[in-house]
Amino acid sequence: MSIKHGLLALLREEPKYGYQLRGEFEAATGATWPLNIGQVYTTLTRLERDGLVRAASTEADGRSTYEITEAGRTELDSWFQTPVTRESRPRDELAIKLALALAVPGVDVSAVVQRQRSATMQSLQELTRLKRGDRDGEISWRLVLESMIFAAEAEIRWLDHCESILLRHRGRPAKQPQVHEADDTTEVTR
Amino acid sequence: MSAILDIRGLTRTHGKGEQAVHALRGVDLSVAPGELVAVMGPSGSGKSTLLTCAGGLDQPTRGEVLVDGNDLVTLSRAGVAALRRRRIGYVFQDFNLIPALTAVENVALPLELDGTRSRTARKYAEAALQEVGIGELADRFPDDMSGGQRQRVAIARAIVGDRRLLLADEPTGALDSETGEAVLQLLRDRCDQHGIAGVLVTHEARHAAWADRVVYLRDGVLVGQAGPLADPDQLLQGSH
Repeated sequence: MSIKHGLLALLREEPKYGYQLRGEFEAATGATWPLNIGQVYTTLTRLERDGLVRAASTEADGRSTYEITEAGRTELDSWFQTPVTRESRPRDELAIKLALALAVPGVDVSAVVQRQRSATMQSLQELTRLKRGDRDGEISWRLVLESMIFAAEAEIRWLDHCESILLRHRGRPAKQPQVHEADDTTEVTR
Repeated sequence: MSAILDIRGLTRTHGKGEQAVHALRGVDLSVAPGELVAVMGPSGSGKSTLLTCAGGLDQPTRGEVLVDGNDLVTLSRAGVAALRRRRIGYVFQDFNLIPALTAVENVALPLELDGTRSRTARKYAEAALQEVGIGELADRFPDDMSGGQRQRVAIARAIVGDRRLLLADEPTGALDSETGEAVLQLLRDRCDQHGIAGVLVTHEARHAAWADRVVYLRDGVLVGQAGPLADPDQLLQGSH
C-alpha cells in the first residue's frame, strides 16, 4: 500500500485540498497510518509530475485543490485490481531473527519465540480492545482493524508452528521426560 | 481488591513412581474480580487440568485453590459441591445441555439442585436468558436451537444466581467465527459489568486476545504472559 494510491483513491470523486486529503486518509484507515501534511504535499507534487493529478484551482491564500487525471484513474483502477504481494513485509525480520537464533550457539530459541509471542499477543489484545470499543464504528476502519487482527493471529500461529518444529528438531530437554504422554492421559480422563 | 480465584503451587500428578505423570507442576494464578484471563498452550500442556482443578472437578496433588477465599482442597466434598453450584459457572465446548429439558429448565437446574424453589429458580433462569440475549427462546429445546444459541443457554446456566467465577473450556470451539466472537463479547461483558472473574481456555490467539491477560502453559508450567494492557489512550500511538 502506498500513500500515492491512497490519495488517488480519495481524489476519485472530486478535487480536494491537501489538508482535506490528510484528514480523510486518516479517517479511512482509523489513524493507524498517521500522515503529516508534508508527506501529503510531497506525494501530490510527485503525482503531478507523473501526470496523475493536476492543480484544479488556487485560492487567494495560495492553497490549491487537486484533481485526478485520466492517467491517474487508470493507475488507481489497476492498483485496486492488483493483489498485494507478501514481499518485504516486516515479518521477514522476525524470520531472519529466528533463523539466526538457531544458527548462533548459546541463544535460547524457545525464549526468543515466547517473548515474540507475548509481544504479538499484546498487540492482538490491544487491537481487540479497539474493536470492542468501536462496535458501531465506520466499516472501512473496522476492515483495517480486522486485517491487523488476523495478521497478528497468523504470526502467533506461525510462532507456534516454529516452536513445534524446533522441539522436534532438537529433541526435548532431558529434565522434562514423558510430559506429552502425561497430558494426553489427563485429556482422556477428563 | 482480593482475588476471586487464587491458585498457589498447584501440582497435579497422575500415578506414582516411575509411571508418574505430571500434568501441572507448581502453577500460581490469581484472577481478580472483573478480570478475564486466557490460558493458552499446546494440547497436553495442562490447560484443561488447570480449569478442572479451579472448578473443583479434579483434586490437586499439592497446592491451594481458593475460590472466594474458600480452599477447594481442604473443603469437604459436600462443601466443594455447594460452592460449585453457587459460585462457579462452567462453560464447555460441547455445551453439555440436557436435551430433554427446555432452555429455561437447563438454566434453572443448578439452582433447583441447590434447593431453590422451582418457581424462584425459573425466575432467575429467565433473567439469565434475558441477559444473554435469548429471553424469547426460554421454552425451546436445545435440539431446536443453533450452536450459538445453545452456547448462550450454557452461559446463562453458568451465570445464573450469584456466580463469582466463570470457567470456560474452548467455549467457541464448535462455533463459526462470527458467533464465536459474540460469545466472547458476552463473557467479556459479564466480567466488565458484573465483576465476575473469568478464566478462558482456548487455543485460538484471536479469542484469547479478548482477555485482560494471557498466560501460557508448557508441560504443566506457566512460561509467560501477555498483558495486562496499557492505558487505552496510549493505544493508537505506535500501533502502525
